[in-house]
Amino acid sequence: MKYLPTIGIECHVQLCTKTKLFSEVDNDAKDKEPNSCVSPVCYALPGMLPRLNGEAIKMAILAGRAMNCEINAHSRFDRKHYFYPDSPKGYQITQFYEPIIGEGFVELPSGTKVRIEHAHLEGDAGKLTHFDTYSLVDLNRVDTPLIEIVSMPDIHSAKDAHDYCKELWRLMCYAEVTNGDLYNGNMRFDVNISIAAEGAKELGTRAEVKNLNSFRSVERAVEYEIKRQSKLLDAGKKVVQETRGWNDAKGETTGQRSKEEAKDYRYMPEPDLPPINLSAEFIDEESAKLPLMPKDYREAFGGVIAEDILEILLDYPSLMQKLKEIDNKYVKSVSNLFASVLLAEEKSAEYLNDLPSAADLNELSSMNEKKELSSTATKEVFLRLFDPQMKGRGAKNIAKELGLIQENDLGALEKIVDTVLAKPETAKAQEDFKAGQEKVLGFLVGQVMKESHGKANPSAVQDILRKKLS
Amino acid sequence: MKIADKSTSAEKLVRDALEKAKKYAEYNIFTFLNEEGALKKAREIDARIKKGEKVGKLAGVPYALKDNFLSPEGETTASAHILEGFVSPITATAVAKLEAEGAIMIGRTNLDAFAHGSSTENSYFGPTLNSRDKKRVAGGSSGGSAVAVALDIVEFATGTDTGGSIRQPASFNGVYGLKPTYGCISRYGVVAMASSTDCIGFFTKTPDDMDLLMSIASGQDPKDMTTLPDYYNATDASLDNSRHAPSRPSTIGRPRPKGRSLRGSGAQSAPVVADGLESSNARVRVGIIKDFDNESVDSDIREALKNKIELLKSKGHEIVELEMPALKYGLAAYYIIVPAEVASNLSRYDGVRYGFRSEKSDDLDSLYYNTRFEGFMPENKRRIMIGNFVLSSGFYDAYFLKAAKARTLIINEYEKAFSKCDFILTPVSPNPAFKLGEKVNDPVAMYLEDVMSVSLNLAGVPGLTIPAGETKDGLAVGLQLVGPRRSDKALIEFSKELA
Repeated sequence: MKYLPTIGIECHVQLCTKTKLFSEVDNDAKDKEPNSCVSPVCYALPGMLPRLNGEAIKMAILAGRAMNCEINAHSRFDRKHYFYPDSPKGYQITQFYEPIIGEGFVELPSGTKVRIEHAHLEGDAGKLTHFDTYSLVDLNRVDTPLIEIVSMPDIHSAKDAHDYCKELWRLMCYAEVTNGDLYNGNMRFDVNISIAAEGAKELGTRAEVKNLNSFRSVERAVEYEIKRQSKLLDAGKKVVQETRGWNDAKGETTGQRSKEEAKDYRYMPEPDLPPINLSAEFIDEESAKLPLMPKDYREAFGGVIAEDILEILLDYPSLMQKLKEIDNKYVKSVSNLFASVLLAEEKSAEYLNDLPSAADLNELSSMNEKKELSSTATKEVFLRLFDPQMKGRGAKNIAKELGLIQENDLGALEKIVDTVLAKPETAKAQEDFKAGQEKVLGFLVGQVMKESHGKANPSAVQDILRKKLS
Repeated sequence: MKIADKSTSAEKLVRDALEKAKKYAEYNIFTFLNEEGALKKAREIDARIKKGEKVGKLAGVPYALKDNFLSPEGETTASAHILEGFVSPITATAVAKLEAEGAIMIGRTNLDAFAHGSSTENSYFGPTLNSRDKKRVAGGSSGGSAVAVALDIVEFATGTDTGGSIRQPASFNGVYGLKPTYGCISRYGVVAMASSTDCIGFFTKTPDDMDLLMSIASGQDPKDMTTLPDYYNATDASLDNSRHAPSRPSTIGRPRPKGRSLRGSGAQSAPVVADGLESSNARVRVGIIKDFDNESVDSDIREALKNKIELLKSKGHEIVELEMPALKYGLAAYYIIVPAEVASNLSRYDGVRYGFRSEKSDDLDSLYYNTRFEGFMPENKRRIMIGNFVLSSGFYDAYFLKAAKARTLIINEYEKAFSKCDFILTPVSPNPAFKLGEKVNDPVAMYLEDVMSVSLNLAGVPGLTIPAGETKDGLAVGLQLVGPRRSDKALIEFSKELA
């Protein structure tokens, strides 16, 4: 039987605020000692009260706007209760009833629109590491601000699930609300998947695969679930509503918790935090700070950069921002350097944070355009622009210092060609070429290049040789 | 100030207070005596005075701290087993403000564990005894603090009031006890009972002392987002600008004539206030609630209320009879909303990070189960059970949401009442101090004692217990004066009319 999968995705995004959501303690726990970024509020000492971080509200507005969402003028917090050592308060402070971000949509590169149901602010939980007979608790992550983005069930394929997650990641990175480091859990995805016979009016029973942290694992988990659920239905069995875990090594999902055992979180309004009331002026003022989004770049560069290259470069907001500064006529050549040279470099991640100036890149492109630099030499100078020793001197100076400027003066070239042709060791080759052996031309060009110490423009040399030997 | 004029020293005051605290040990007032710390601070203050340095408004004044305020001096236990051994690295904002003015904490006082109770019988350390009759309860939950002030051990004591926990023990022991407007004093660093009704307040022997403490402790605190913008020191004590009763200097830190009863000090002040009134001819409208005057209220309390009404009339004030039918939902709404918040606020006591941990912990579930089973008192558990029940899915709308709606009705009811009168005068509780053990096995009877006090907490309005004489058996009787939100200062000032 043919089934239509229906997929909804919840995504947790860690915001890159300076301090935590509910207390003034460092929010960047990367590479820090366990339990070193913990305030008495995170630790839940008696009598501690949450204090709301205004920066997180501003970031939530940007995140919402990046997804074309309404920003709710009135929102508030609730407590979600559960006992586990990663939750020192015994509850998570979240927005269950009145979230800050309302409806919106995300448009995928394919044109598919995925509606956003809402998104809310909440504090993250800590982390447990389990050993044989004990477990260790690290509370560094407690109360890191998260926004949880809840999509409508508008996704119907593993590919779209992948693309939606990737597009969300791009939107959040372009909005500059997260560091976007998936490996370190800056974004995590919970995927709800159900299947139903094509044309059926009602959705099937769903399974939720929790805590996926790469686009690829989202795609694979959806593929696996579609297969698993199809098999069940084909065999006349039922899909159980449950939470499933993803085993990346085995490439399969396994059941964890069924609905009957589902927890009752006993939601309650958070009495320690007053409601958030945002004026229309404040929302407008903050929304106006939203940087350019992927769609803006697609519009700007759509006809200039090849679509496949553009989609690759869109993964790097700093490259897009740089391209926006480049002279229109050089965008294509600089984008090629980014895609084929920079991203192929071992140190590219480092380079991305410290790109050469637009002036340097423009100059480099113009030298290439004027044939002052061969394409090989252009690549070399381009890489030197990242070299701490070289950069800042300018593309032209670097090219000169390296002796990479091409000899385009035809008179000078003719002299060099004459010198080479006068050499006895080239006599045979000249005879052969005249006799119709095209391939020896390469040898002769090589000799001229050698004589010019590599500065001659090879195509000009070829033209001169043909003329002289005809 | 008697310290500043060298008629006594901070060390002498602190020594006296500690001595009295030990003398009254049988009352079980203190969970911790701060002997070393208090004496050290007293000597520091004496040394500063000697050098001619400036000292605070409460320099050298000994006070008692309810044991649910966090400070690094002594264990903060909230009289609960589960917090045993917990020494706080944090100082509560209210404590920091008092200490910045030189007040010296001589001990931590007993309470019903986590402030759950009306008698101090729910304390892990046993009940505090009533200052007038050792066979009776001190009231609660701030029983230790009320008795510490009533027995003149300290000049003042801190309290918390979630449903009457300051006003009722003040009433049972014949002292002043204020529950300020919700949000007037920061809750930061005070062990939470129910966040939306918890208020920090004080026990004193005079209204002026109360005023001084409020002027010091009140104010917005960035660490407590529910605090109100500063208003206490900006508000006029009088109800309209034409009336300015002269404010007497505080007795705190001043010499008190030896042998004079503290309760007698009110008589001394009456003429002063009367002068103030005479000069302005201000008529204040005082509301009384008809429903609260019925057979179920103790006759001595009704008599005390009648006397005060006559006193007010004789001073030219107007008595307004109020009907406040929504208040009948107060107790039910309170015992839904408060347990819900209690259950939530007590979730952090899990034995993982601080305080008591059961030794019978083989795995995570047994650690949670046994720690909380052994660490909480029966009343704590009862409220956790009720709270989790009313919040569980399927019951939330029927209980919690409905109670929240009733709360709105009660807020509106007070607003309506205060359009007709300036203050309301009511009993604090239907009965004077009851016998130890009398209600301990009947939770509902115990809850019913709160019927007249809890509505204020739901509405967030201030209430001040004033001493109002004695019963035939010599038990203290108090009445509560209730005002609109932010009327704290006027409320304290007007209470002098009732002395």
